[in-house]
This record gives sequence, structure tokens and C-alpha cells, in this order.
Amino acid sequence: MEITVLAFGIAKDIFGGQLITVELGDSTATTADLKVSLEARYPKLKQLASYMVAVNNEYAEDGGVITELDEVAIIPPVSGG
Amino acid sequence: MQSQIEIHTEPLNIQACIAWVMSPESGGIDIFIGTVRNATKGKPVVKLEFEAYNQMAVNEINKILKQAFERWPLQKALVHHRTGTLHVGEIPVIIAVSAAHRDAAFEACRYIIDTLKQTVPIWKKEFFEDGEVWVAAHP
Repeated sequence: MEITVLAFGIAKDIFGGQLITVELGDSTATTADLKVSLEARYPKLKQLASYMVAVNNEYAEDGGVITELDEVAIIPPVSGG
Repeated sequence: MQSQIEIHTEPLNIQACIAWVMSPESGGIDIFIGTVRNATKGKPVVKLEFEAYNQMAVNEINKILKQAFERWPLQKALVHHRTGTLHVGEIPVIIAVSAAHRDAAFEACRYIIDTLKQTVPIWKKEFFEDGEVWVAAHP
């Protein structure tokens, strides 16, 4: 299945845009699978202090399941305020 | 819980924020106003750019305000955050809290800004004379 991933902050710079698509094979992928796939394609992600995956506007656990219908976003270290 | 959360591309209005949290039941208002500093670690800052994941940012701020209302007896709480380009002296964030007694207002206001900086998906990029950097991105 193909997941559309939103990127913000430095992740947008690393991906070269606000939206990318990632092919994740089967229909039961997790956020951990997504991270593995993204880090292989964009090694600079591993240099960040940390980053999280958000699914439908909520921080997701590493084992959280994602589907094609979910809004998935990469959240690099936040720095608001 | 009486709260107001807004993310704006236009300049924030301090007076409007204070007016919104005022209430006859309140004995005081505590307000935190973030301002753009002219330097980071001695290096002159030209401008900042703020970016937000708007819907999630509002959700996360709402969680923080819920926690604040659970911990302290508050009347009203407000968070306004700015996005886009800001220059030195401009205001990226306003937190305003009203309560019957000042201890609750002071403590809740501090809790809200401290937690916002840790959890809310908003990012700032600092622009120096010789380059730019996303704050906190790298260890």
C-alpha cells in the first residue's frame, strides 16, 4: 500500500517537500515499518535529535498500525513558543 | 473549561488576549508573552520563521489546557501562537490565564508555556547573517 506522509520543519527539508509517498508493501504496516523505510531513503533522518510519527493528529507509538486512509505526519523535534 | 486556542499568521493582539481572560470571578491574570530575541548564544538573529501542523497543534494545546484546568482552579486560559516570519521584538506566543487567586494563575501559566515548548508541533527556524537552522533539530 502507498502511504502519503506529511513533513514539517527540518523533515520537509530532508524530504525535499511537504508531501511524499511511501510504498509499504502489505496492508498491516506499522509506524516502525514506516520509520525503517524512511530512514533507508533519507539517512539524514537518523541524524535528528529525535522524531515522532503522528497518525490522524495524534503522536503514535512505534507499533501503531497505519493504513492508506490515515493522515500520517513526521514530527521532528518541536521548537514552538 | 473556558479556553481559547488560535494560530495566526497575523500579529497577535495582547490587549484582546487580556480582555478575553478577564472575568468577574478572577482575582488576577497571569500573562506570558514570548518575544523574538536578537541573538542566540551571542550570534545575531536576523529573523525567525515559525511553522505549525495546525490541527494537531490545536489538539495538543487543548490537551495541555485540560491538564491545567485539572491541576489548578482556573477561570479562563488562552493560547495564541503566530506562524510565518517574525522579526526581533515581535510576538510568537501569548499565554493568558485568569484565576480567583494568583498562585494558580502563575503556576498554570508557567506549566502551559513549558509544556507547549515540549509537545506542540510548531517549529522555528533561526536566520543568522551567515545561515539558518531549525531550532532543536540536531543533538
